[in-house]
Amino acid sequence: MWSSELTATVSMTEFILYALLAGLGVAAVAGPLGCFVVWRRMSYFGDTLAHSALLGVAVGVLLELNLSLAVAAVPLMIATAIGALEEHANMSVDTLLGILSHSALAAGLVVMSFLDGVRVDLMSLLFGDILSVTAADVYLIYSVASIVLLLLGVLWKPLLNITVDPELAAIEGTNVVVVRTALMIMTALVIAIAMKIVGVLLITALLIIPAATARSVSRTPEQMALFASAIAMLTVFLGLAMSWHADTPTGPSIVVCAALLFVLSSFKKVQS
Amino acid sequence: MTTQTIELHNVCQSFKNEMVLENISLRLKQGEITTLIGPNGAGKSTLVRIVLGLLKPDSGQRTQSSQLRLGYMPQKIKLDPTLPLTTLRFLQLTDTSRAECQKALEMAEMVHTANTPVQCLSGGEMQRALLARAVLRKPNFLILDEPVQGVDINGQNDLYNTIAEFSKTLNCGVLMVSHDLHLVMSATDKVICLNKHICCSGLPEQVTQDPAYLDIFGRTTALYTHAHNHHHNLQGDVVVGTNSDCKHD
Repeated sequence: MWSSELTATVSMTEFILYALLAGLGVAAVAGPLGCFVVWRRMSYFGDTLAHSALLGVAVGVLLELNLSLAVAAVPLMIATAIGALEEHANMSVDTLLGILSHSALAAGLVVMSFLDGVRVDLMSLLFGDILSVTAADVYLIYSVASIVLLLLGVLWKPLLNITVDPELAAIEGTNVVVVRTALMIMTALVIAIAMKIVGVLLITALLIIPAATARSVSRTPEQMALFASAIAMLTVFLGLAMSWHADTPTGPSIVVCAALLFVLSSFKKVQS
Repeated sequence: MTTQTIELHNVCQSFKNEMVLENISLRLKQGEITTLIGPNGAGKSTLVRIVLGLLKPDSGQRTQSSQLRLGYMPQKIKLDPTLPLTTLRFLQLTDTSRAECQKALEMAEMVHTANTPVQCLSGGEMQRALLARAVLRKPNFLILDEPVQGVDINGQNDLYNTIAEFSKTLNCGVLMVSHDLHLVMSATDKVICLNKHICCSGLPEQVTQDPAYLDIFGRTTALYTHAHNHHHNLQGDVVVGTNSDCKHD
């Protein structure tokens, strides 16, 4: 009796700890990356990639591939497709993304229905299931997050330059294609690790809301990236606490907390 | 030091089966200011992008000297308001020291905007910030796509003067796109009149007499000449004592 209760307590602490660690790891990298999503007006693009991650899961399970790899690979393929279509299609990027984003989501759901016998928890894919995070997930999240943070640091100036003006950057010697591709890969990687935390439908929220919140307190791009990171981490903490006390779904709780912080920040005059 | 050049040979470019540039050959030289004029849709911006090497033409060659260092001033840049970036920081993105950036701001008469967010600059200030950034790289070739866009007529004159000063100090070649030849005439060595092909080119005085030019721009370009008795600096303050009598009717 005593011992089983003790085990329960230990595992309880453990999974909350894993959840918190995983959430903080994703948040730390979602902040600065989210800044670029906001600065480059890529939120719809991020949505499209995130939605296509669901297709990644479905295809991964169907073909018995490594899931993490499949989840990163499909958004990357979609990103490449967008790049190619942008040049040839006779329509605005906005329309193009609208088509791809929802087609990818629908295709993911359809492919998933073919998965007989395999139990896939659709809700957790769509809205996240941070409480099911394992030690292996935490390792993966921290490995990916450190790689992306390192890359962001190394490519910081070229990334800012292609954000300001890609042609000017090209003339000044930046390899725009390489830097842009690196940003796509980083986005796809972060989507892959963020999926378990907030799910494909809410990933963009975790990217852009903390970044937008950080804007009102930042004077430089670096400040904004750091604040976005801190705000995203605070958001994860608050979301978990809310979910714990009010018994609400964790992913949506994190996003609700992010939104509340954003509303609070919007009362503050923007720093220039 | 050898004179740096950029040359185009028989360059053709089309978009979606429509010919935009036909058989363009030109030679741009260091120390020479060339102005590119032409009506809307004449292919000016496309030609500039080919000269810059940003766009590879469908056919024809582009050659440049080995020690060419390009400075480029785009028509405008679109910055999202969420990017916190001051004018000084905007210049520092070129990997140059703070001191050099401040010097460039001084030369462009932009010191007062050092800590202003780039998104809050006026049209004329933005053009000057872009010019300052272009010259920061100490280019021996400066390419400007409609540098006076969104600048009022007095500001245009000032800006053209600043460009002329910069190009003299740096001893660089200049290619700029302009809508109005009359304003740039005095500061131009060579004019290229473009309307998908090169209609005519040469000294500004020659070009304005050329039938091909007159066909495009008309024989009587009615320019409203508005003579002020005072002058505004960039902050908008009146600089007095430049002219005593008002020439208004």
